[in-house]
Amino acid sequence: MNRNPERRDLFPGALEIMILQSLRLKPMHGYALVRHIRQVSDNLLEVEEGSLYPALQRMLREGLLEAEAGTSAKGRPTRIYRLTEAGRRHLESEVLSFEKMFDGITRVLAVAKT
Amino acid sequence: MPTLNRLFGRRRRYDDIDISIREHIEERADELEAEGLPRREAEQQARREFGNVALIEERSREVWQWAALESILADARLALRRLRRTPGFAFTVLLTLAIGIGANTAVFTVVDRILLKPLPYPDSGRLVALWLNAPGAGGLSNFSSGLQLSTSMYLTFADHNQTFQSIGIWSPGTANITGIAEPEQVQGIGVSSGVLETLGIPPAVGRWFNQADQDPRGQKSIILSYGYWQRRFGGNRAVIGRSIQVDSQTRTIVGVMPRGFRIVDHDFDLLVPLALDRHHQILAGFGYNGIGRLQPGVTLERADADIAHLIPVWMDSWSNGPGSNPHYYEVWKIAPNFRSLKQQVIGNIGGVLWVVMATVSVVMLIACINVANLLLVRAESRQQELAIRAALGAGRARIARELLVESLLLGLLGGAAAVGVAWGALRLLVAIGPAELPRLSEIALDPVSLGFTLLLSILSGLFFGAIPALKYARTRTSALNLASSRTASTGRARQRARNILVVAQVALALVLLVSALLMIRTFAALRQVEPGFADAPHLETLSISIPDLLVPDVHTVAQMQRRIAGNLAAIPGVTSVGFAADVPMDNNDPDWDTMMVEGKTYQEGSEPLRLFNFVSPGFFQTMGTRFVAGRDFTWDDLNNVQPVIIVSENFARDSWGSAAAAIGKRVKKYSHSPWQQVIGVVEDVHVHGVDESAPPVIYWPAMFYDRFSPSPALDGLRTVTFAVHSSRTGTDGFLGQVQQAVWQVNPNLPLASVQTMQELYSQSMARTSFTLVMLALAGAMALALGIIGIYGVIAYSVSQRTREIGIRLALGAQKGELQWMFVRSALGLAAIGVVLGAGAAAALTQWMKALLFEISPLDPVTYLIVPLVLAAAAALASYLPARRAAAVDPVEALRAE
Repeated sequence: MNRNPERRDLFPGALEIMILQSLRLKPMHGYALVRHIRQVSDNLLEVEEGSLYPALQRMLREGLLEAEAGTSAKGRPTRIYRLTEAGRRHLESEVLSFEKMFDGITRVLAVAKT
Repeated sequence: MPTLNRLFGRRRRYDDIDISIREHIEERADELEAEGLPRREAEQQARREFGNVALIEERSREVWQWAALESILADARLALRRLRRTPGFAFTVLLTLAIGIGANTAVFTVVDRILLKPLPYPDSGRLVALWLNAPGAGGLSNFSSGLQLSTSMYLTFADHNQTFQSIGIWSPGTANITGIAEPEQVQGIGVSSGVLETLGIPPAVGRWFNQADQDPRGQKSIILSYGYWQRRFGGNRAVIGRSIQVDSQTRTIVGVMPRGFRIVDHDFDLLVPLALDRHHQILAGFGYNGIGRLQPGVTLERADADIAHLIPVWMDSWSNGPGSNPHYYEVWKIAPNFRSLKQQVIGNIGGVLWVVMATVSVVMLIACINVANLLLVRAESRQQELAIRAALGAGRARIARELLVESLLLGLLGGAAAVGVAWGALRLLVAIGPAELPRLSEIALDPVSLGFTLLLSILSGLFFGAIPALKYARTRTSALNLASSRTASTGRARQRARNILVVAQVALALVLLVSALLMIRTFAALRQVEPGFADAPHLETLSISIPDLLVPDVHTVAQMQRRIAGNLAAIPGVTSVGFAADVPMDNNDPDWDTMMVEGKTYQEGSEPLRLFNFVSPGFFQTMGTRFVAGRDFTWDDLNNVQPVIIVSENFARDSWGSAAAAIGKRVKKYSHSPWQQVIGVVEDVHVHGVDESAPPVIYWPAMFYDRFSPSPALDGLRTVTFAVHSSRTGTDGFLGQVQQAVWQVNPNLPLASVQTMQELYSQSMARTSFTLVMLALAGAMALALGIIGIYGVIAYSVSQRTREIGIRLALGAQKGELQWMFVRSALGLAAIGVVLGAGAAAALTQWMKALLFEISPLDPVTYLIVPLVLAAAAALASYLPARRAAAVDPVEALRAE
C-alpha cells in the first residue's frame, strides 16, 4: 500500500468531520469519499479504508447519515451516503469546537515562536 | 419492537457494507486500469491497497453489534457444534471438570460455613470464650484447653469487670422430662444470666430469662429449643405459660428460641436457669463454660488484664468451707487465657478442613492440566485449519479468543454439571463428616457456593484455555510448513508443552498420594493402639439418670442401679453387666481431683490432679479391661463402704514402681480424708481417644465418700452409664428387652446415649477416618487423572511417530525395543515428576503434622511406596499405547506418505 510517509493519520473525530463536510456538498459512495478527501486536501490527507467503513457504520447508527441504494458511474450497484438533518447540526457544532481548538493551538504556537 | 427491527435491519446493513466495499475496490481498479495497468493487475493492486477485506467488514459490522458479545456468542455456537461432533472428548473433559469443580464447591461450602462464618450471632467478633490458664495446678496439663470457670469466679467477674458488656456461664447436661408422653431424657443446658444476652439472639416466642428466673427462690422457668417445641408441642405458640416436669420439678415455659439457635456449638432441647444462690457458692467447681461479649473496641489482651486483677478479689470473696485456705489457689497461678469464640468453636477441625481444601484444589489443578493437555492435542489437530485462517487474515487475538471461548464454554458446562456433583458430595460429607464439624448437618449449597462454582468454572476455563491459546495463536509463521508437518515426525518443541504438563501432573499426584498414605499409616497406627477395652461391637452402653426429686434417697438410687444391672444380666445372650460414672471416649470426664500417695510429701497446692471414675463390680470384666494385679470391687465392698480403690497401671507404676507393688498401698484425696487401700490395678485405658495418651485414672467404688465432707458417708451416682456385653447388641429385640429391664425397676426412667462401644471408638477416630477418606479419594482421583494424562501423551506421540516407527521397524528394530522406547520416555517424565513432587510433598506435609499419629511427615515407607506406585502406573499407562506402536506394519506406515 504505497502510502506517503509524509501523510499523517487523522486524529479521532477528524475523520467524522471530514466525511460529514464532504457529504454536505453532495451525497457520495465510499470510494468517492476517499477520492474527494484526497483531492481536496491536495494529497495531504489519506483516509484509511480500515477506518472509513467502520466510521460510516458508526455515523449511520447514530443517525448522522443515511445510506441508499444507488449506482456508481460505471453503473454497478453501490450505496450512496447522505447527510441527515441531525448530521448537519452535528457537523456545525463540531466545526465550531474544532475552530476554537485550532485557534487555541495557533495562539499557543505563535507565543512559543516569539 | 425496536430490537427485532434492528435484527432484521442488520442483515440489510451487512449487505450494504459488502456492496460498498466491493464497489470501492472495483472503482479503484478502474482507476488503476485507466492509468495503464492491465485489468488483472489493477484488480490485484486495488485489493492489496484496500487491505484485509474480511477484517474491515467485520469491524464495520461490529458497529451494529452489542459490543463484541455477539461475535463471542457466534464463537460459542461454533464451539458447541464442534464439541457435539467429538462426544468422546467432550464427555471426558466435562466429566473431569464436573468432578474437579464439584468437589471443590462441596468442600468450599463446608469451609465457608464452618471456618469463615461459624458463629450465627450478631457482631460475633466480640464474643469471647472464657478459659483460664493454671500452670501451677499439677495434672491440669491433661486438659488441653485449660481451666474452666467456677460459679464463684463467674459471680466475681460479672460483678467487677470493666471490659465486658455481658458475661455468663453455661453447662450442658441431661434432664428427664416426665408427664408429657413417655418419660424422656433430653439435652438440657444450664445457663446463668448473661448467656442469652451475650449471644444476642432474641427468642422466637416469649422471652429470655429475667432476674426473677435466675433467683434461686424465684419462679421455676424453662426455655425450649425450636426443635423440641415442634416435636413435643407441634409448634403451638400457646405453650408459653404451660408447665412441664423437668427432673421432677415443675417448670413454666417462658420462651422458645428460634430454629438453628445453639449455645456456642451445643444443641439442646431445654435451657434451664442455673439460678445460683450467692450464699452457697464456693471457690472450687471449675466446670462451667464461660462466654462474654466484649465492650466495643476492647481487645482480648485488655480483657485478660482486666480479669487478671479480679483473681485475688475472687479468692478474697469466697472460700471452700470452714478451715480451708482461700489463697490455696495462688500456687495454681491462675491467669485468664481468653480466646475468640470462633477459635474455640473451630478448634483443631480447622486444620483438617484446610488440608482437605488444599487437597481438592490440587485435584482441580490436575484436572485442569489434563484438560489443557487434551485441548493441546485438539488444537494440534486443528493447526492446519488455524494456520489457514491466520493466512486468510484472522488476527492473532481473534484466534486466541476463539480458543478461549471454547475452553470457557467447557469450563461453564463443567461448572453446571459440577453443581450436581457438589450436591451429591455434600450429602456424602454430611454422612461421613466427624461430629467435631460444627453445624455440619445444616450445610447446603447457597448463593455464595454457587458463585464460587461460577468463578472456579471461569478461572479454570481461562487457565486451561490459555495454554493452547498462547501456543496456537502464533501459528501464522508455521503456515508455510503446512505441507511438511503433515507427515514428518513431530519435533521436540511440539511435545515439550505436553511433557511439562505430565511432569506437573505426576508431581501433584505424588503430593496427594503421599498425604493419603500418611493418613492410612496413621489410621493403621491408631488401630494398633490397645484402647483398654475389648470386643467393642458387642458392648452396648446406655446412660440412666435418677433425679433427686424422683428418688431423694441415695441408698435407694444405688439399689435401683443394682437391680437394673441384675435385670440386664438376666436378658438372654448377655454375658456380663457393669456400670460406671462414664465409659471411655464418651467425651465426658466424671471428675478431676487431687490424689495423694502415702509416704510422699506434697507442697500445698501442688498435688497433681487425677482423673476419677466410679465403677461397679463387674464393670472391668464387662468392658474387657484386664486386671494387671489384685482384684475387682465386690458388692460387699460397696455396701459396707470399704475404703478400697483401684488404680490404672500407669498410676501404679509412677507411684510405686510396678503394678504388683501397688497392692495394699494407700492413697487419699485431701489431708483430712481417710486413706483408701489399693486392691487392684487395671490396664491403661485411652479414655480420651486412641490418639491421646492414656491418663492415670483412679477408680472409686460406684458408692463413694462424699467429696467435701471429712466424715465417710455413702453417696451414689445419680447418672451412670451401663455397659452390657452381649452377642445380640444393636438388634431391635435386644434394645426392647434392655428398655423393659430398666422400666421394670422404674417406668419413669428414660434411656439415653444408647450406643455400642464400637460407635464411641469410631467417633473418637472420626477426624482421622474423615481426613483419610477425603485424602484417599483425592489421591485416587489424582492417580486416575495422572494415568489418563500419561496415556494421552504417549498415545499421541505414538500416533505422530508412526512413520518413524515404520522406518525403525523396516531397518530391523525389535518390537520389544520399540515398546521400551515409549515406556522409557514415560518413566523418564514420571521420574522427574516424582523428584519434584517429593520435594513439594516434604514441604507441604509439614502442615499435616497435627493430623498424624506416630508417623513422621517424612515417613520413609510412604516415600518409598508412592513413587513405586506412580512408576508402575506410568509404565502401565505407556505400555498400552506402546504396544500399539509395536504393532505398526512398516509397509502400511510408509505407504501413508
